[in-house]
Amino acid sequence: MTVEAKPEEKTAMRVLVIEDDRETAQFLQKSLKESGHTADLAGDGETGLGLAGEGTYDVLIVDRMLPRLDGLSVIKTLRTNGNRTPVLILSALGEVDDRVKGLRAGGDDYLTKPYAYSELLARVEALGRRTVPEEQQTRYTVGDLVLDRLSHRVTRGGEHILLQPREYRLLEYLMQHAGQVVTRTMLLEHVWDYHFDPQTNVIDVHVSRLRAKIDKSFDKPLLHTVRGAGYTLRDGAL
Amino acid sequence: MTALSERIIRVFTTTAFRLTAAAVIALVLAAALLTGLLFRQTNSILTDQVLSALRAEAQLLRTDARDGGTEAIAAKIAALSRPDGTGLYFLTDARGTKLAGNLNRLPPELEVAPQGGVFRYSPVRGAASADRLAVAIPVDIGGGNTLIIGRDIEEQRAFADAMKRTFLIGFGLLSLLGLAGGLAVSRFTLNRLERITATSRSIMEGDLSRRIPVEAGGGELDALSANLNEMLDRIEGLMSGLREVSDNIAHDLKTPLNRLRNSAEAALRDPRGGEAYREGLEGTIEKADDLIKTFNALLLIARLEAGPLEESLERFDLGALVEDVAELYMPAAEEDGFDLSVETEKGVEVMANRQLIVQAIANLIDNAIKYSRVSSANGAIRVTSGRLGEAAVISVADKGPGISTADRARVLKRFVRLEESRTKPGTGLGLSLVAAVARLHHGEIRLSDHAPGLKVDLVLSERVVMHQGPAARSKGQHVDGGRTAVAAK
Repeated sequence: MTVEAKPEEKTAMRVLVIEDDRETAQFLQKSLKESGHTADLAGDGETGLGLAGEGTYDVLIVDRMLPRLDGLSVIKTLRTNGNRTPVLILSALGEVDDRVKGLRAGGDDYLTKPYAYSELLARVEALGRRTVPEEQQTRYTVGDLVLDRLSHRVTRGGEHILLQPREYRLLEYLMQHAGQVVTRTMLLEHVWDYHFDPQTNVIDVHVSRLRAKIDKSFDKPLLHTVRGAGYTLRDGAL
Repeated sequence: MTALSERIIRVFTTTAFRLTAAAVIALVLAAALLTGLLFRQTNSILTDQVLSALRAEAQLLRTDARDGGTEAIAAKIAALSRPDGTGLYFLTDARGTKLAGNLNRLPPELEVAPQGGVFRYSPVRGAASADRLAVAIPVDIGGGNTLIIGRDIEEQRAFADAMKRTFLIGFGLLSLLGLAGGLAVSRFTLNRLERITATSRSIMEGDLSRRIPVEAGGGELDALSANLNEMLDRIEGLMSGLREVSDNIAHDLKTPLNRLRNSAEAALRDPRGGEAYREGLEGTIEKADDLIKTFNALLLIARLEAGPLEESLERFDLGALVEDVAELYMPAAEEDGFDLSVETEKGVEVMANRQLIVQAIANLIDNAIKYSRVSSANGAIRVTSGRLGEAAVISVADKGPGISTADRARVLKRFVRLEESRTKPGTGLGLSLVAAVARLHHGEIRLSDHAPGLKVDLVLSERVVMHQGPAARSKGQHVDGGRTAVAAK
């Protein structure tokens, strides 16, 4: 069994948190450190812009409402200066058009306060991985599971697995983020392009159907449920 | 200043009074002009008549003088001159000696006016009588004699004066009555307006149930009062809605907050320690998440009700979107053992907020699944979309317990959950959110009986439906029959 992208190896990321609420910022710094990353803090937009401009960070977490220079202006300035560091916008404004405005300003992902830390971590790790040009990859492999993006064929141990179009896209997203935790909302946002909170456990049912196809008749499970967070596709134990 | 004088001053400062006063002044000016003209005209007609009579008589007298000489004319004048008549005569010879006539002397006014004119004279009869007004002309009778004939016009002048006086009194009375009427009208208006002011003041002080009295007359003030009352009804409705909402927020947010606190407290007290703390904290997070969901839904509804979100409008195919959302829910429904079918009319393009429409459809399907679970009959959920005249409609029908006609209007309100569903998970905001999304798209939400079950129609107004050419439309009328298991991509 060969693993091409070695996604299981968690790479430590350098994260810059631009957030004016000290308690939130320190909570994030501590939590990210526990998750194996390092985090610097900036308490206002100007300081944040200065630090981010050095270009040494893998991911920026930017609050929308900041003293001195607001979050969207920080992002716009960075993008104008050619800085492409992935940005996760944190905001108390979670309404329909706020998300659109945030992404239009150059943000890569948008998370509404209050959020679960597991959700934030999953998104930060997904963004950090973006620096590898995923789009150019034509083949994903996790253990003996192979997804060919050109022929849209999925095989496990050489055996062809027939998937519905939506199941294929679900697996494709999971494989893109192999080794990382992917939350239900991330799946809903990226596989379906919906931004809401379903009351029913719709995603779980879709995932368990996919799991029945890729894991059921094989010894080693690849698609795992991460309690309180979401799912992860990986070869090996959690 | 006393209250009475204040009131009087206020009457004088009212618009109604000022308008009346202006109207009365204009009327009086017009009347004065008219009277003046009339008076002048009457006077000149009367004077003209007298003058032409005098000229005719002068012609006769001239003939007499030419035929009979001085003696004849003197005798004629003497005969004509009566002491109390209206005809006035004065005849003198060349030396100025009076020959005949009932005037004592040549009136001084006529000495300077050789063509004749108006003069005053004293009648010969009694010294007590006042001067009278007359008009006279000279008559050329030759022979060095001077003859002046005249007419007493005192009667005519008296008539004209009487007419003038009558007119002036009439107009005076008219002005007074007009002003009094204006005062009365302004007083009446002021009273009505004072009542409206008093009512609005007590409403401002918090008594929203007060209404402005409307009288049976049906005039403009009544129409205004009725309109204001209608506006007040609406405000009161909105206010009571708001009060209801805040009461509900108090209840539906405080209850879960309290449960959250309870579970944290219970975990802390648990003698098992570590493991119990973990369970307690997990429960706390779960309950906090529910609260967050409720909070988000509330904020979203408030945002939607605040106004349009023009920036986030997208053009998309409604049928494809409905199939997409239904497809998301199909496995979950099947897992629960009932059938979720979707049927859409193709080619219905809308310009709408895609995310909100998705959320509305999802809420409706969420509800349908939730209530289908309760019903013992094998549940079946049917999702459809298509045109409704010029508008578009998305319908979700279930075979659940349904909602009684009486409760249908109520469930659209925030936080209203019918008793039987209070124990089920959910924020109680699902349908209100759908209603808010419908309103944002100039549409509405309609609940009807699906016998058994509930059918919810989300109507999007024709303003959001893209209009196509007739060819494209007839092509789009094809209805995709039956179940669409998975939307192929």
